[in-house]
Amino acid sequence: MLEIKGLIKTFFPHTINEVKALRDIDLTIQEGSFTAIIGTNGSGKSTLLNAIAGTFIPDSGSILLAGQPITFWPEFQRAKLIGRVFQNPFAGTAAEMTIAENIVMAMRRGLSHPLSKAVTSKARAEIKERVSVLKMGLEDRLDNPIGTLSGGQRQALTLLMATWLKPKILLLDEHTAALDPKSAAKVAELTKYIVDKEKLTAMMVTHSMQQAVDLPDRIVMMHKGKIVADYQKEHKQRVRIPDLLATFDRVQKKELFDESVATLLREQYV
Amino acid sequence: MNLVIGAFTIGLILSLLSLGMLISFRMIRFTDITVDGSLTLGAAITAVLIAAGWSPLLATMVAFVAGMLAGSVTGLLYTRFKIQEILSGILVMTALYSVNLRIMGRSNVPLLDTATVSLPLQHLLSQMTDGERYILLFGWQVPVVDMAAFLSSLLLCAVFAWMLSRFLQTHFGTVLRATGNNVQMVRAQGINNNMMVVFSLALSNGLVALSGALLAQYQGFADVQMGIGMMVWGLASIIIGEALVGKSGIGIAIAGTIFGTILFRLLIAIALRWGLNPNDLKLVTALFVFLALVAPRWFKFVHVKINKKSKHA
Repeated sequence: MLEIKGLIKTFFPHTINEVKALRDIDLTIQEGSFTAIIGTNGSGKSTLLNAIAGTFIPDSGSILLAGQPITFWPEFQRAKLIGRVFQNPFAGTAAEMTIAENIVMAMRRGLSHPLSKAVTSKARAEIKERVSVLKMGLEDRLDNPIGTLSGGQRQALTLLMATWLKPKILLLDEHTAALDPKSAAKVAELTKYIVDKEKLTAMMVTHSMQQAVDLPDRIVMMHKGKIVADYQKEHKQRVRIPDLLATFDRVQKKELFDESVATLLREQYV
Repeated sequence: MNLVIGAFTIGLILSLLSLGMLISFRMIRFTDITVDGSLTLGAAITAVLIAAGWSPLLATMVAFVAGMLAGSVTGLLYTRFKIQEILSGILVMTALYSVNLRIMGRSNVPLLDTATVSLPLQHLLSQMTDGERYILLFGWQVPVVDMAAFLSSLLLCAVFAWMLSRFLQTHFGTVLRATGNNVQMVRAQGINNNMMVVFSLALSNGLVALSGALLAQYQGFADVQMGIGMMVWGLASIIIGEALVGKSGIGIAIAGTIFGTILFRLLIAIALRWGLNPNDLKLVTALFVFLALVAPRWFKFVHVKINKKSKHA
């Protein structure tokens, strides 16, 4: 489904701020799989997701999604194939527009936007039906501006919008990190539900070790722009949080990590 | 009464300017100064074409298209060449000053005793009143010419307001509004946000040029200076409209903008009547916009202070 080969990206090259964000990444994602990407701050997990989404063009390497060479496609063009949920709950929806208007745009993601009425009664009925799946009572508030909703509600709607038309791949960039624990759990549960029901191919960057173990069927660990561990299939089934921590330690012993990073990891994940 | 009718007519004509600016300033959040140039552009083209014997309606339509072109240039400078939004507008506005002089051949083109878009309505009114030159309206004698100008501006304004409100509720219009609200989201929905900005600025400046075209016909001349300060004028009208009716919903925003423009024009007419020096008009307008922008924040500040005091007490 997704094939990444030799992906390299350096930000601010030849300056003192130079960051080698992605160093020769090779990654193949199978159709219907749910992959978690974990790693320290600055390990390149979000950069990898942004490279797939098209926020920037890589220095070298290639990205093949659903048989299409998307490496040089502009961001908006890739949206035909990609559904996205951002870390910032406010990033995925237009705050001053109503729930219905936001969803109507997602109903035509990657398609043309004709000069016909957007929020018709037919569209409204469909929206009502699918929004009620969230069990947040939002189906009765379709004409409220999205800005009046909570972060959790907005993130749940963004998730729904990203998957309204089945994407070739769903990219989740720490989409529960900015939410309170209760909303985060709810959105995580919803993610699992939608991904299973629609049989989606998904990639999720997360800081929550628990989420990485619970939700997906594959875990990829990144450090300093490289993939340092990859648990798949039966390996993944056996992985527990201590195993992941042990891997972090092992990487550290290989002197890929320095002491401060290992400490940071423990603080973040344990 | 003539003063009021006149103020209403100009208010309605300038409503198209404000509606255009509603698209750029409020919908896609683009501070577009092209307005000062494209208003004059519309006036200049219409004046020259009508003077050359074109039909007023056709001349007005050409002005609309020219305005759209001017707006697209600003949009392309911003999106394609990555020039800051204000500077893009300033460049096009400055260039348009020369373009407008070229079009007119001099700094002022009079339109005396020529046809205007309100001519058909004027004939109709004349027929209805058996060739009378005045119509009785609430006991006042209003010249048929003025009445026709008023009614045709009302008609045009209503038609464009209706079309705009319908347009903004289409799929395309929804995307346009979202572009100003959250660019990241719009891109994630597969929309070319740069194209939306260019289109919005084209539409916006088309309406502005249309307003200029009608204004030239109403006041009987086009002048190369007539666009100066019009952006601030339109902004003031939008702010008044929002203060009057709020901004929830498209229909309300459009109606508010039209009311705001007419009210602002009436206020100016009254102020001039009371002896305001016309030379001070732009200063007063700028001051008004400044106060309108600062007042809400200031009120909030005072409010917070009062709350704090009452808590301490």
